Amino acid sequence: MAEENWIYSDTVKDHFFDPRNIQSITNEKNIKADGFGEVGAMACGDVMKMWIKVEDDKIVDCKWRTFGCASAIASTSMLSVIVTENDGMTLEDAYLITPEEILVRLDGLPKHKIHCSVLGDQALRAAIDDYKSKK
Amino acid sequence: MNKIYLDNAATTRIDPRVLEVMQPFFCENFGNPSGMYSISRNAKKALDGARATVAEILNCKPEEIIFTGGGTESDNLAIFGVVEKNFSSKKNHILTSSIEHPAVTNCFRKLEKKCEVDFLSPSQEGEITPEKFTKSIKPNSLFASLIFANNEIGTINPIAKIAKIAKKNGIIFHTDACQAGGTLDLDVQNLGVDLMTLNGSKIFGPKGIGILFKKKSIKIEPQIYGGGQEFGLRSGTENVPGIVGFAKALELAQASRISQNKKYKAWQDKIIEFITKEIPDSRLNGSAKNRTPNNLNFSFLNTEGESVLLMLDALGFSVATGSACSTASLKISPILAGIGMPHEIAHGSVRITFGRDTKTTDIDKFLIALKQIIEKTRAMSAVNFSKEDFLGWF
Repeated sequence: MAEENWIYSDTVKDHFFDPRNIQSITNEKNIKADGFGEVGAMACGDVMKMWIKVEDDKIVDCKWRTFGCASAIASTSMLSVIVTENDGMTLEDAYLITPEEILVRLDGLPKHKIHCSVLGDQALRAAIDDYKSKK
Repeated sequence: MNKIYLDNAATTRIDPRVLEVMQPFFCENFGNPSGMYSISRNAKKALDGARATVAEILNCKPEEIIFTGGGTESDNLAIFGVVEKNFSSKKNHILTSSIEHPAVTNCFRKLEKKCEVDFLSPSQEGEITPEKFTKSIKPNSLFASLIFANNEIGTINPIAKIAKIAKKNGIIFHTDACQAGGTLDLDVQNLGVDLMTLNGSKIFGPKGIGILFKKKSIKIEPQIYGGGQEFGLRSGTENVPGIVGFAKALELAQASRISQNKKYKAWQDKIIEFITKEIPDSRLNGSAKNRTPNNLNFSFLNTEGESVLLMLDALGFSVATGSACSTASLKISPILAGIGMPHEIAHGSVRITFGRDTKTTDIDKFLIALKQIIEKTRAMSAVNFSKEDFLGWF
């Protein structure tokens, strides 16, 4: 069963062992963010929370916390890098990010783990929706 | 990096003493045991000797030992073999528990088309009590199979008591003892079982070799047909190196059992004490008292097992988890689900199983790493449950 390959890419491992942009504030009431999103289900083991800061319609900060496996951690970490690099991605572009784009940047994931990477972009869209609803 | 292997319930390495006794049967005495010349006679002699050794340890007759291709095959032979041979319109009810190894569970699932099948629910600690078993018996009960020691949570079933009840009710009784080979007494007269599975790969023996003990009076239908080896019950040229290795491995495992158990018990106590004191919101899964001394299974609230496993692996420690994320099916361990454990707790489960190579210093190093990693994963967790959220589990 070749698709049950357990070997994570070096990029996945890097982001798993050294995740970027983790929300370190544990008391959520103290977090100042422009938008917040939460997605996931406990039954399959992944819950994702994401906080964004927006300036001039660009995402300037993206912090997250996850209850999930290596794939979920690495893909969210990578997503947070993608949306904040080069002075921040526009909300419009960020809203359209697909799991495939994250996968490419991660140099792939084992086939049955791909679903773990979809939570990050869902959480991001939820955070953008939240930001827009508050505007 | 120095690897510290704490997943001996998954499989063990081969003890060098086992490998040594196997060596001559690969290239020198490689003959087919049914041949008449000396190369074959040497192989036959070794085969008979191995069978006698195993029989002596199990306290049974040599002809009650059937060598197979492993634990899974022995379970299949026992279950399908008994049912096919003894099934009738009056005897068609078969019982097992809901927390068996898949080698048993999936045979029973397959038999659902033919038989009335009951998967008994264990206690929260993973035990099938004699009372529970008695209540589940019906006039048409034919066969039951219960695991001796659970592969994930280490809980020991009261096999001797249940086997007695089975006998009284005319039920043929099988136990899968693969997880018990290194730690528990395997005397089949004391246990009173009709059939028992053991394998080499859990007792520092070779993989791909197992036995089915089958009491002489029990009739079974073979599942592999061919040249009639193994009393016509398991055809195929005998795996002589594997068989010789299995016998040696069982001999070593049983000879060191008592002294090893003392060490295991001390480590068990030490780890339980450390985790209770140093890692809050953790839970020992399985029975605190009634478990194999080389097994520990903990859940750490607000952590996910695959992450913990991979972080431990990066530091050189090998352990197992019952988290959904660690399986291709993305379902939590059926054993943890079978004891009714909520997903939130099962996701953060970690199984630690010792072996003869384990050292006290390994345990000390492991505990330091474990504490750090649980703190690290909790620091990024998106959930923040407390013990109070899971009444009856903490």
